[in-house]
Amino acid sequence: MGDAEPAPEARRIAAEARDRVRFEEEALGFADQVYRVARRLVGSREEAEDLVQETYARAFRSWRSYTPGTNMRAWLFRILTNLNVDRGRRIQRAPDTQPLEESDYYLANKLASAGGEEVLDQERVVERLSQDSVVRALSDIQPQFRDVVVLVDIGDFTYADAAQILDVPIGTVMSRLHRGRRALKQRLAEEAVA
Amino acid sequence: MTLEPCDRCEELMQDFLDRTLTDREWQEAETHLADCEYCRRRYRFEETLRKYVRTTAAERMPPGLLGKLEELRGLDATA
Repeated sequence: MGDAEPAPEARRIAAEARDRVRFEEEALGFADQVYRVARRLVGSREEAEDLVQETYARAFRSWRSYTPGTNMRAWLFRILTNLNVDRGRRIQRAPDTQPLEESDYYLANKLASAGGEEVLDQERVVERLSQDSVVRALSDIQPQFRDVVVLVDIGDFTYADAAQILDVPIGTVMSRLHRGRRALKQRLAEEAVA
Repeated sequence: MTLEPCDRCEELMQDFLDRTLTDREWQEAETHLADCEYCRRRYRFEETLRKYVRTTAAERMPPGLLGKLEELRGLDATA
């Protein structure tokens, strides 16, 4: 081996090594975003760290299946969400006992009737809704709705990217997003007005 | 079934904020919002809420995790 190796083969190996390094660098550039989404999809920091490490391990192993120039961020998040579903690690919750179809003004109306219209003003919202209540409310949404809310509203993905990541039609993303946001507001209303 | 104007405006809110309304729907919402303080407040509240959820739910990557990910580089497909 080595000395007898033809030059084109050596060049091919060197080019592949460069491509791989470039791929890894680009993927690692998304680590913070991957963690941020993972953290809201699973129940604890430790699980989120494990999920992110498994995601990168799988991404690095299967780097050849990524097509350069396509959406690497969506590609990585697809691995993440698949792993999360496969491992059954999504935050579980009790089945719904309440209807989910509260209106979009639901939370605003609840807050307004409890404290007047002024509580809806920007600076007062934070006083009414604690960080803990937001995190708790998010984790309390059914997983299929939460995944979409987390991808779009926290991960900043477009509907189209979320559809690609979750392998569902774009119309499904939109309806789950609408329902997920309503469910979130319903949970927040229960906490804020309790 | 014809919706009351505020109900219709409520129905348009999520897509309005996601900027996915058609031009005609956008105009419809804008026209109603221009005259309706009740709906304007609710749209502003929704916008604030979305920003608040985004910032409060975001948790930075723990120190040390990036180092662990760096160690995974070069993993073999068969490993």
